[in-house]
Amino acid sequence: MSDLVLYARAFWGLLIRDTVVLRREFIAFAVRTVMNPLMFVFVFTYLFPKMGQAFQNSHGTSFGTLILPGLIAVAIFVQGIMGVALPLSFEIGVSREIEDRVMSPLPVSLVAIEKIVFSALQSLVAALVVFPLIFFIPATPVEVHVDSWLVLIASVLLASLASGAVGLTIGTIVKPQHITLMFGIVVVPITFFGCVYYPWAALHVIPWLQMLVLINPLVYMSEGLRTALTPGTPHMPAWATLGALFLCVVLLGYTGVRGFLNRVLS
Amino acid sequence: MQLGVLFAPDPDCICYTRKSRELFGQNCMHHTATQQTQQDIVSIRGLTKRYAGKVPVDAVRGIDLSVERGELFGLLGPNGAGKSTTIGVCTTRTLPTAGTVTIAGLDVVRTPAMARRRMGVVPQYNTLDRQCTVWENIYFHCRYFGYTSTTANRRAQELLEMFRLSERAKSPVRELSGGLAQRVQIARAIAHQPEILFLDEPSAGLDPQSRLALWDSIRQLIRQGITVVLTTHYMEEADALCNRVAIIDHGVILISGTPEELKRSVGAQKVIHLHLGSENNPQLQPRLTALAGIKAVEPGKDGVRIFVDSLDGLLPKIIEIAGPHLKDVSIAETTLETVFIKLTGRDLRE
Ligand SMILES: Nc1ncnc2c1ncn2[C@@H]1O[C@H](COP(=O)(O)OP(=O)(O)O)[C@@H](O)[C@H]1O
Ligand SMILES: [Mg+2]
Repeated sequence: MSDLVLYARAFWGLLIRDTVVLRREFIAFAVRTVMNPLMFVFVFTYLFPKMGQAFQNSHGTSFGTLILPGLIAVAIFVQGIMGVALPLSFEIGVSREIEDRVMSPLPVSLVAIEKIVFSALQSLVAALVVFPLIFFIPATPVEVHVDSWLVLIASVLLASLASGAVGLTIGTIVKPQHITLMFGIVVVPITFFGCVYYPWAALHVIPWLQMLVLINPLVYMSEGLRTALTPGTPHMPAWATLGALFLCVVLLGYTGVRGFLNRVLS
Repeated sequence: MQLGVLFAPDPDCICYTRKSRELFGQNCMHHTATQQTQQDIVSIRGLTKRYAGKVPVDAVRGIDLSVERGELFGLLGPNGAGKSTTIGVCTTRTLPTAGTVTIAGLDVVRTPAMARRRMGVVPQYNTLDRQCTVWENIYFHCRYFGYTSTTANRRAQELLEMFRLSERAKSPVRELSGGLAQRVQIARAIAHQPEILFLDEPSAGLDPQSRLALWDSIRQLIRQGITVVLTTHYMEEADALCNRVAIIDHGVILISGTPEELKRSVGAQKVIHLHLGSENNPQLQPRLTALAGIKAVEPGKDGVRIFVDSLDGLLPKIIEIAGPHLKDVSIAETTLETVFIKLTGRDLRE
C-alpha cells in the first residue's frame, strides 16, 4: 500500500515536470497544433467557397462539416508524434537524459505510461484549441450535433490515449537520426490515409484501399469523432471505433512500454 | 562549502518534518544509520553480465564485493573493464545475467524502485534534464522522490547553497561547463538523502582544478556519513581518495583492499623500467634476476620492469647488464599502477 502511494507521488512529480516544460514551450505547442488546421480550414472551407469552388458531397453536407472531425483527430494524433515520439527518441538515443526519470522511485513501466498519459492530456488541450477554429472559420455552415456525450467523451479520451501510445511506440523504435525519414514513411501516409478528408464509407470505390486503411489508428480516431460530432455524415458505428481505439491503446501501449524498457534497461 | 549541515540532525532538516518522516519512515538515513551499521550497504555475489548481441560480450564474469557503510570505495580499472556494467547493475539500470546485488538489504532485481530510494547515482555521462533549469533539476528530482512542493523547494535551495550553485539557480543546464554540470548532478543525486552515492567516472573530462574540487566534495559527503562508491581509471585518484579499492580487469576483480595493502602486495618499493627498443637479449632477464637486491624482473612494453626495494648501488650494475641497447631508464615508486602492471603485465593506460 505505501509502495503504491510512493509510486503515485513519483508519477505525479513526472506529470508536474512535463506540465512545467510544456507551459514554457506553449508557443511551440500552439503553433504545431493550430497552424495545420488553421491553414487547411482557411484555404479549403473559406477561400475555396468564396472562389466558388466549394466541395460538397452527394448528401449536401459541406466540406467544413465533413473535415471537422478529421482535423480534430489529426490535432490529437499529432501530439503523440510531436509531443512524445520526437523528444523521447532524442532523450533516449542522444542525450540520455531520460535516465534521471528512469531512476525515479517507481517501476520503469510507469515512467513510460506517464508519457502516454501526459501526451493524452496534450491531445485533449489540442482538441479544445482546434475545435473553435474549424467551427467558426468556414464560409459554409458546419453542422455539429452531439447525440451522445458518452460516445464523444469516450472517443476523445481513447483517441488521445491511442495517440500517446503510437508516439511512445515510435519514439522507442525509431532512432533519432531516422526521425525525418519516419515522418515521410509513417506520419504522412497515416494522415493522408486516415479518413481525415473523406469518410471511410466513401472509400468503397477502391475496396482494397478501404480494407488496407483499417490498420491505420487515425482512421478510428477520425471515424469515432465523426460518429460523435457529425452523425449526419457517413461514419462507422460507435462500437467499432471505440473497440478499435481500445485495442490500439492496449496493443500499442504494451508495445511502447516494452520498447521503452528495452531501450532504457540493458 | 557548507556540506556540514547536510546530514546533521538539524531541526530544519527535511526528515524531521512530520510529513517526510511518514514518507520516509524507516528509510530515512538519520534514523536508521545506527541500526544498520553492521550490515554491508552494498553486497555483490557472483555477479555476471553478458550483453546479448551478434557477438555476446561477457562484461562482468563473477564478481563478489562488499561495501561497508561509511566507506569511500573505488572500483579501479582500464576502459572496458566492466566498471560501468557493475555500477549499472547496482543502480538497477542493467539486468544481471547471474548473481545477486543488494543495496541496504534490498535486492536490485526484485525491488528496483525501493532500492533506488536508498541510492544516489551520477552516471558516466550528463543526464541533467536539458529542458529545465538548475533549480528545477533538483526540485523535480525531489518531487519524484515524494517531497511536497514546499519541502522540495526548501531542499533545492539548501543544496544550491551547499554546492555554491545559488547564482546559477535559474540557468538552463545546457549552458553549464563540465565541472558545474558535475556539481549539479551530485547535488541532485543526494537531494533525496540517499545512504549511498554511486559515481561513475566522476572526474573523467574535468580540468585539474574541478577535479580537486570534486574530491573535496566527495570527502565532505563521506564525513557526513554517506557511503560513496566510485569508478575511475586514474590510479592517482583511487590512491588519493579511496579507503578501499578493488582492481577490475576483463570483468574480474583481481585484488581488493586498502591502497596501502595493495601496494604492499607488490613486495617491492620501486619499479625500474628499462627501455630497450626492439632489441631482444634473452640473457638479460636471468642475469638481472641473479643480481642481489632485485625482487623480480618482468618483460615490459618495450623492455623490462625490475622490482626492487632500494636502488642502493644497483643502478650501475643494471645499466652495465642492459648494455649498449639501453635507450632510457625510468624509476617510480610503487603505486596502484604498479599493482595493476604486476597483476596483468599491462599498463592501466594501454
Ligand atoms: N549496452 C552494451 N551492449 C553491449 N556491450 C556493452 C554494453 N555496455 C558495455 N558493453 C561492453 O562491456 C564491456 C564492459 O564495459 P563497461 O562496463 O562500460 O566498462 P568500463 O566502464 O569499465 O569502461 C566492454 O567491452 C563494453 O564494450
Ligand atoms: Mg565506464
